[in-house]
Amino acid sequence: MDKMTQLLKLLENTKSIEINDFRMDFDELELQLMPAVQQVVQQAVQTRKAASEVLPMEDFKPPIQEYPGKVAEVQLGKGSRKPVYLGGQQALYRFEEAQPNAPVVTFDVFDIPMPGLPRPIREHFSDVMDHPGEWAKKAVKEFGANMVTIHLIGTGPKVMDKTPREAANDIEEVLQAVDVPLVIGASGDPVKDPLVLEKAAEAAQGERCLLASANLDLDYQKVAQAAVNNDHAVLSWSITDVNMQKTLNRYLLKEGLTQNDIVMDPTTCALGYGIEFSIDIMTRTRLAALKGDKDLQMPMSSGTTNAWGSREAWMKKEEWGPTDYRGPIWEIFTGLTMMLNGVDIFMMLHPTSVKLLREIGETFVKDYMTTDLPDISDWITQLEG
Amino acid sequence: MKVTAMDIYKLLPKTNCGDCGEASCMAFATKLSEKETDLKLCTPLDPEGMEKLEKKLAPAVREVTIGKGDKQVIIGGDEVLYRYELTYYNPTALVIDVHDELEESELEERINIIENTEFERTGELLTLDAIAVRNKSGDSQKFIKTVSRLKNSIYPLILCTLDPDNMKAALEVVGDERPLIYAATENNLEEMGQLAQDYQCPVALFVPGDLEKMKQLSHSLRSQGIKDIVLDPGTFVGDGIGDTLDNFVMIRRLAVEEKDEDFRFPIMGIPALMRLGSKEDPVTKSIKEATVAATMLNKYADILVFNGTDIWELIPVLTLRQGLFTDPRKPQAVDAGLYEFGEVTEDSPVLLTTNFALTYYTVEGDLKSGKANTYLLVLDTEGRAVDVSLAGGQLNGKSVADLIKETDIENKVNHKKMVIPGLAAPVSGEIEDDSGWEVAVGPRDSSAVPDYLLEKL
Repeated sequence: MDKMTQLLKLLENTKSIEINDFRMDFDELELQLMPAVQQVVQQAVQTRKAASEVLPMEDFKPPIQEYPGKVAEVQLGKGSRKPVYLGGQQALYRFEEAQPNAPVVTFDVFDIPMPGLPRPIREHFSDVMDHPGEWAKKAVKEFGANMVTIHLIGTGPKVMDKTPREAANDIEEVLQAVDVPLVIGASGDPVKDPLVLEKAAEAAQGERCLLASANLDLDYQKVAQAAVNNDHAVLSWSITDVNMQKTLNRYLLKEGLTQNDIVMDPTTCALGYGIEFSIDIMTRTRLAALKGDKDLQMPMSSGTTNAWGSREAWMKKEEWGPTDYRGPIWEIFTGLTMMLNGVDIFMMLHPTSVKLLREIGETFVKDYMTTDLPDISDWITQLEG
Repeated sequence: MKVTAMDIYKLLPKTNCGDCGEASCMAFATKLSEKETDLKLCTPLDPEGMEKLEKKLAPAVREVTIGKGDKQVIIGGDEVLYRYELTYYNPTALVIDVHDELEESELEERINIIENTEFERTGELLTLDAIAVRNKSGDSQKFIKTVSRLKNSIYPLILCTLDPDNMKAALEVVGDERPLIYAATENNLEEMGQLAQDYQCPVALFVPGDLEKMKQLSHSLRSQGIKDIVLDPGTFVGDGIGDTLDNFVMIRRLAVEEKDEDFRFPIMGIPALMRLGSKEDPVTKSIKEATVAATMLNKYADILVFNGTDIWELIPVLTLRQGLFTDPRKPQAVDAGLYEFGEVTEDSPVLLTTNFALTYYTVEGDLKSGKANTYLLVLDTEGRAVDVSLAGGQLNGKSVADLIKETDIENKVNHKKMVIPGLAAPVSGEIEDDSGWEVAVGPRDSSAVPDYLLEKL
């Protein structure tokens, strides 16, 4: 025991061994180190007559599981678009199997200037808000958007009541301006949306956009047909209800769409406004997919922009600090939480939020322990502040 | 897997003595299975039986108490991987660091900020839980001085030094208050383990980026007879965040699904490490630190150490924690009844909403910030939101008519007009028929209510 202790002491003080050419020798020493420490410890314990029995120990084995199902892969963008792929996961976590496609962010762009957007966002886009094409271009060129969502808010009967034909013109403008895939959103009017999406889908024929959205409150058949006829995918939107999602997906599959043509939006409740409901729904949906439920194996989408509706994100209140920081952080937290529970595509507004979310998302496609990790062992003394 | 009341009952003395305060051993067993009582209340149980039952009742992740008495925080205790399966127990402890090279005034200011950080939301006051003291100087005297000052703090402490002599010096000052010893490593395992035993304190095991080694060292500590361990597998940020996540998830999965004794402990994350060597501006650092914290909060961190103290950085963290640790089995409801806002008179308008906590507090926030003077009828929908209770049938003409009677609102105002949420429009006629009140359909979002009241009434 004394010899072992001496050896351990010696090792502690000879850090240079680590970078010598005697790598093999060091490995051997390292291997002996652990049992030695245990032995020392256990003997010490025995002399104190406490917990004297040697506890059994099994080898470390990473807890990797087998999954019978997999998430479908959906391609967005075709024709004159650079394609983006969503989903395709065969496991829940990276250490089991890295996911084939990194999470994707799509920037929100509107067909009208949207005076109601929070100031931290307007200040980035105020110069281009009159032209959806310019707006989209800025999102891609300056902020590296993978995709752009064009919301045809102006078609709302109570907004500007633009005609489906006018909406199609806006789509053409955005298609001309950028070469990333598009999500095409309507105004949220259950009667008019299918008509708007139909015309927009025709204008973007062959470009494989994501039509947003089909839901049980509107003529989802029309939306599905617009996708089938013009080679687009459909966003299948349910309201925090796994069974509702399943039902809607089944209906859409009956319309001729396949798993590879559907993206699910199980609804993102913002941080502080029911985010835990969304966590549960996303988790259950993804687990069901991996267990083999074919009606839930599509990639998932998050309307992360909902975060900006939270008063903590926009309301002026001195004791909460500046909204310039609160807004982006609220959007990051909302999106990140969804990402960690399986979401594949994020509709977002603020450049900072987009950047940080993507940085974390990009690690999802790398294998476990293949990154150079810094030495943090002395953080207690090294950390400033 | 949760143990059943019957599993527990089998091991109880079955004397029905009533010492525990329950009518029978079966009733006691039921409460134990729901974690609503304490096994120690069972007086006739022999030590051997006690140990057996303790083991049976032990959660997948050990509960570890840091601090003592009214200055303590409990971490760990989880049983499941996903909150929808049961609930998560013991909200993640949020800790801010101080170090022993701060000027006295800086230290005082920092302690003051930490102790006064609070944020109220949905009727709950959210605060921090502990202070970490770093032996940045490496000097024992400086460490003792700072630790002595922190002894008077309202929060329990985490003592951070890898030097066992300095740790011992600090423990001589605050060792009787059960601080968390941070940290045992492969280099000081025996000495730190000994200190944890001598002072009966929990100890953190810091093994960055190597779960295999962590298992061995955790096993060594356990073999030493140490029970209260916290695992820090290393917080790597930037490109390393994926590995950090993987390690956290693996530890928790091994604890919950494999019942691997070496990993059945709370997990510690250090978002403050985001700032190590970072050259970014202060705002970016704070945003990134919060982002790292959000990542770990979502995936099993039981205790997190921050360096940033900006309220706008901490509000989202506090809010996310509140959401994650809300018990999904309990309806989130407020008391039904009549609420008043501002100065109400007999001319004041009468609004209707449901008793779903999120709905209620959102409406409440809007009425307050809009300085509205109004009555608000809150309907018992068993904690359901407006649209959900409409579909579920809790929000209907009769239930609203009953609420009007119960609250005696007809004797408080000189009119019979009510504004209902926009989403409740489908039952407006039904409410009119059953109550005899006139119903106006208000905005869909309550943020528009104060303006609506000014314009329409």
